[in-house]
Amino acid sequence: MWTSPEAVIAILGMALVTFVIKAGGLLLANRLPQHGFAAAWLKHIPGAVLASLVAPALVTGSAAEVIAAAVTTLVYVTTRSLFPAMAGGVLAVYLARLWLAA
Amino acid sequence: MSDAATPRFSDPFFAGARACIPVVISVAAYGVVWGVLARGAGVSLLEVIMMSGLVFAGSAQFVALDLWTTTPATLPIGPLILAALIINLRYLLLTATLRPLFRPGQQVKGALTMFIVSDETWAITLGAMAKGRGTAAFLLGGGVLAYTTWLATAVIGHTLGSAIDDPRSYGLDFAFTATFLVLLLGMWKGKGDVIPWLVAALAAIVTAKMIPGSWYILIGGMVGSLAGAIADKVRHVD
Repeated sequence: MWTSPEAVIAILGMALVTFVIKAGGLLLANRLPQHGFAAAWLKHIPGAVLASLVAPALVTGSAAEVIAAAVTTLVYVTTRSLFPAMAGGVLAVYLARLWLAA
Repeated sequence: MSDAATPRFSDPFFAGARACIPVVISVAAYGVVWGVLARGAGVSLLEVIMMSGLVFAGSAQFVALDLWTTTPATLPIGPLILAALIINLRYLLLTATLRPLFRPGQQVKGALTMFIVSDETWAITLGAMAKGRGTAAFLLGGGVLAYTTWLATAVIGHTLGSAIDDPRSYGLDFAFTATFLVLLLGMWKGKGDVIPWLVAALAAIVTAKMIPGSWYILIGGMVGSLAGAIADKVRHVD
């Protein structure tokens, strides 16, 4: 399967809103709040969205996911790089599932 | 009339590309991971090329994979676009700071150049601007390097992904959560992040239990970021 009309519409829509925002920031530069409530709100959005993605996955998962999340965090804080942290997390969840199933 | 900044286009262009090499290595790592996960989520190679080539926004593309469905009829088009809009809203603040790179008469050129801006190249360009070396060509140089790397590594990742038949049996389903967790940890700026992240997490957990679908991502994100802004305001007033 190459693609579908639905996927093309979704991707073009995502591309359009992303470009409009990026260009909008430049064009509206003199009218946008650089400080204050609205600026603080915009600044906090990405972190809040990512926290929303992670939290339910950890709560609904087994103890294996929680252990693996702790390992991922530990490796990332130590190495500051994506690959070792992700590999550590995946390995931890694999071993923890074997251990919990035993 | 700043002749010093515009003798040749290629000098600042390649200077920008060179300055962005360290962050582009990280872009490459995320690109491969995104490609592998995209294949796992049922995104075709053509769709990977279209999304990385046209949307070109890392966090939004990772979130899109979480919403993606393999059957076109159930693809949540509205939520996909809405999620991209909300996650990318922060670019309003980022690209606004690049205004000094363009003269008042260069609005169209400037707006078109913004397509190639990403968090990484924005940060490097802003650093160069502080030292007087940041120009539109510098930004474009870093941007083109990051863009081609992101596109190429996503294709590589999607191709590598075919070697994995059942992700769950190797624990690879956790790669998603691990990547989101790493993206989140990388955004840590200090104690001001505790309240928005905690409120977002709680709101998302409650919403996920009550409302079917992926609304918990948007609801958690909006409630958490508002809580963060309110907390910031309270702290500054006191």
